This record gives sequence, structure tokens and C-alpha cells, in this order.
Amino acid sequence: MDQSEIQKKIQELQSLAEKNSVDIQSDLKRLQEKLNDGKMTPADLWKKIQLARNADRPTTLEIINHIAENFIELHGDRAFGDDQALIGGVGLLDGRPVTFLGHQKGRNMKENIRRNYGWAHPEGYRKALRLAKQAEKFGRPVITFIDTAGAYPGLASEDRGIGEAIAHNLRDFALLRVPVLAFIIGEGGSGGALGIAVANEVYMLENSFYSVISPEGCASILLRDPNKAAEAAVQLKLLPSDLMSFGIVDGVVPEPDGGAHADHALTAAHIKTQINESLKRLEQKTGEQLARERMTKFLSMGRFVEEGGPKPNFFQRLFSLNRRT
Amino acid sequence: MAFFSGVVDRLLGRQQPLPQDITFRDERSFVAQKHSCPSCHAHLEAGELENNLYVCPKCGHHYRINPAERIRTLVDPGSFQEFSQEIQSVNAIGFPGYEGKLSEAKAATGQGEAVTNGTATIDGRKVVLSIMNFKFMGGSMGSVAGEKLTRALLTGLEKQLPVVVFTTSGGMRMQEGIFSLMQMAKASAAIAQLELARIPFFAVLTDPTYGGVTASFAMLGDVIIAEPGASIGFAGPRVIESTIRQKLPEGFQKSEFQLEKGFVDTIVPRTALRKTLAFLIDTHPNR
Ligand SMILES: [Zn+2]
Repeated sequence: MDQSEIQKKIQELQSLAEKNSVDIQSDLKRLQEKLNDGKMTPADLWKKIQLARNADRPTTLEIINHIAENFIELHGDRAFGDDQALIGGVGLLDGRPVTFLGHQKGRNMKENIRRNYGWAHPEGYRKALRLAKQAEKFGRPVITFIDTAGAYPGLASEDRGIGEAIAHNLRDFALLRVPVLAFIIGEGGSGGALGIAVANEVYMLENSFYSVISPEGCASILLRDPNKAAEAAVQLKLLPSDLMSFGIVDGVVPEPDGGAHADHALTAAHIKTQINESLKRLEQKTGEQLARERMTKFLSMGRFVEEGGPKPNFFQRLFSLNRRT
Repeated sequence: MAFFSGVVDRLLGRQQPLPQDITFRDERSFVAQKHSCPSCHAHLEAGELENNLYVCPKCGHHYRINPAERIRTLVDPGSFQEFSQEIQSVNAIGFPGYEGKLSEAKAATGQGEAVTNGTATIDGRKVVLSIMNFKFMGGSMGSVAGEKLTRALLTGLEKQLPVVVFTTSGGMRMQEGIFSLMQMAKASAAIAQLELARIPFFAVLTDPTYGGVTASFAMLGDVIIAEPGASIGFAGPRVIESTIRQKLPEGFQKSEFQLEKGFVDTIVPRTALRKTLAFLIDTHPNR
């Protein structure tokens, strides 16, 4: 990139970063105490959002380096290029080959320009699907780390079909005949997060969030005031405890005192414990079972009422009849 | 192949025919009266649009239409049988003011939700239809829309019928929080089932189709049709403009743009839609 291109990119990213990045070095201890109290004010909750976005949290590559004995990054979607905001590759986990995928944020401005602040383009999602299908071919589990404010809302992203790319991931991840595990490690932002989160089991780090829209986006659209992001965050119910109570996620991975950034190795160790526990369970199942259970899980999601019609468990019953397939 | 024989019928409960004078309310009352076309400003007589499938006879502008108008202009008269209409939204995450918004939308449209399901025939060919309504909270997709779409898709699977989905949506329904996001994965999982069973699924993208709908079932049709001049994209133009800090090119995200970029198979004017769908149904038999 030449100077003017970099300048333009910086401008472009700054407009996003203004809305999404944060500085949170203070009051962590006090915050941690508040968090354990349960009931949170918008200000308390906002500190948690900031914690999830802390630039010093362990990134996907750092977690992989902590937990895998060996790892080779595999690049490119074989059509357009390589997206450095969404990485993937093959690693060894306690001697067992696994495929890792994840959004990759940078630690500083320079890294973040390369990583596009973890906002992936279509080629990132297509690479993820390519590597997931490769994993299926060789019988490897797929483990994904989600940390993105969303798919990149830019011109190039639309030109190359970001909608189509995410859509195909949602459909084809559902069909994978190997175990798929997803970890929300920081920001779980909308379709860009879901694009690699159709998994048999979904876990959230203690200080992460997962939402249909950013608190800022919700504030400006529904509350008509971008300054009410903290209030919107409360209303969206996007914390691990909320998603556990909704049955959307399967567990919460604890973070060290002060947050994941305080001790990367310990955070990674907690994640590894969960991976091993989950894989021990999932590796007992056939490929067909894994795909069917994953589809049933997502087909059952939603809350509504229905008078005089089907009872809950509609899809479970439907699927129990589909055992022959 | 009939894995779900009889099950959906039983589980979906009774089916009721949609009366011909259906209860959709059309707040665009001007459409039925004398008015000038919002695109070319040509003078249109009362009733002229209705006789022309809500397409401006002068410039071809496709007016947005609701599910009742879609049914009336597409399927064989009297063939539409609605199902899943009993499913109602709840305030799943306790979002302030959501119940009020739902009541307003129900009053304005005369409909229970943003998606209408049914079976019908198109030139004698039986299909399952799922039709979105932009007038119901911007066609936003929450748990009910996701459930209805999923049931339409699985009904196609059970009855071995092609499924035709008409999309129009501003995106996911924020008031339902994470539940709305999950509907993208849910509908896509249902499409995955159709993929395995080789049941044809046709997506017809109408103005406007955005957000989570574009990033899920809209882009998963075996054939993806767009109506002329429809806006189709993931992020909205204002969001993109605020990212790139410049004006978007003329025609960005229109059907014609998506055709050129390779994301829709074909653009079909409403006047040719019935024949096109009939041809596609004939050329995509279930196997
Ligand atoms: Zn006109």
C-alpha cells in the first residue's frame, strides 16, 4: 500500500474504531466485584463491554499458540485472496489434529490495519468454509474463536458478496460431519460472528458478549441516540449469563482475576480444558449424529407462542423420525 | 424419500383457506387511486396499477406489494391455503416498548407477523410459499418469522414440494436480541435439510432485502430471482457511506448491480414471474 492508500484506510478504520474501540485500564478490580454481584447498572455493564473489547485480550492466534503443540496457518479462499481478519489452519491439540478458525484483531494500530480490526470480508468467510470442509474430509474437529464487531460494512465487502458468503457458511457448517466447537472470546458481533459459530457447542468467555447488533448500532437505530449505547447494551441482554438463561450458549469459560488480558496463558488453559471436555463427548458420535444434532439445536431456537398448534419440541420430533437418513 | 410423512400436517394443525377479500390492510391507499408514479411521475388512473400487477405501465417501476397482493398476482385463484398463522411473537428478552410496536404493526397490516406461509398452485403446479411483508416492522425477522420460514421449508421437504420464498426485509429484529440473530442459522439449517433431500428452493428477492435475510436464506436459493430495481445488500447504504466516507456509486446494490456481480441468477419482471416460476418448477424436479 502506498501512503495515500494507507491514509485512506486509516480514515476508514478510524470511523469504525471510534464507535467500537475503547480504553479501559482503570477500575478493573472494582468492576470484577460488581460483576459478581449480578445486578448491573448500565455503567457497570458498559465496563464489561469495554472489557470484552480490551485490545490486550488474548487474540485467536495467541490462544492457538498457547494451546496447540504445533500449528500451521493456511491462507486464502482460492478465489479472491487471503483475509487477515479471519485466520485458520491446522494444529495439534494433545496430539490430535484439529482445525482452528477465528477472527484476528491486532494489538496496535499497525497490526489492526493489517487485520482490519477483525472485520472480515467475504474471502475470510469463504476461507473458513474451505478449511472447515477440509477438516471434515480428514475427520478433524473444527474449533472456532469469535472476536469481531461484525462483517466489514464496506463497498468491497458488498461487491464480493458478504451476504452470500455468510449465508453459505450458515448452511454448510450445519452439515459438517465432524465436531464443531465455537468460543466467543471477545466481541460476538451479529452475522459476522454467527458466520463461524454454527457449532455443536457454543461457549462464551466470562467477559465477552454476543449480540444481533452492536450496542451503538441499537442505540442509534432504536433509541435514536448513539450516546445511549450503555442503555441499549442492557436492553439487548448480550452477556454470557443472559445467553445461558436463554439456552443459546452451552457454557461460560472463566477468566483470570481482572479479565482475560491479565493472564493469557491461564485464559488459554481454561479454553483448552473446555475443548478437551467437549471433544471427549463429541468424538463418541458419528458424523451423521453430529450434523443432525447441530441442525436440531439451531432449528429449535426461537421464542414464540402458538395456540392450538404444534407443541414445543416440534423439530426434535421431526428429527427423531429422520433417523433413517 | 418421505421421511416426515404426515407429521407436518398433524403438527401444523388445520389449514384454513385465505378468503379472497383477505384482511391485509394497505396503508398505501394512493395506489388504488389516481396518482403519479413515484419513479417517472407519469399520471396513473385509479385501478390502473392493480390491473398491471402493481408495475408502472409507463416506466416499469415495481411497487412494493404485500403478501395478499403477491398471492393475488401470482397463484391460481382460490388455491392459496395459509398455514402457521397461529404463531405469535412474544417479548422474549423483555425489550422496552416491543409489545406496543407489535400491536401497531398488527393494526397497520391486519396480519399477525412479517411472514405469511401457504401452499398454492402456480399454473397448476403445487408449491409452498413463504412471503415476507415489509410493512410489518420493516420485514424484520424475529423468532416468528424464522419459525414460519423454517416450517415452510420443512413442509416442502415433507410434502416433496418446491419452496418459493419472497424476501423483503430491513434485517433482523433487534427487539428480540440474540433470538433474532439465531433465526439466520435456523432458516439456513432448514435449507441444509432441503439440500440433502434435493428439494428445490427458489428465492425471489424484492425491494428491499437487507441484513440477516440477505446473509441467510435469500442467498441460498437453488435459483435466485430478483425483481427489477430492488435494493439488495448486507449492510445498508448509509452504514457503508459512513464507513468509506464517500458517496456510493449510482445503482449500487440494485438488482442489476447484483446480477453484474454474480449474486443473482436472473432479474424477472413481475409480469413474467408466474411463467418463469412454472418453468423453473418443471426443470427442477425433486429426486
Ligand atoms: Zn413510472
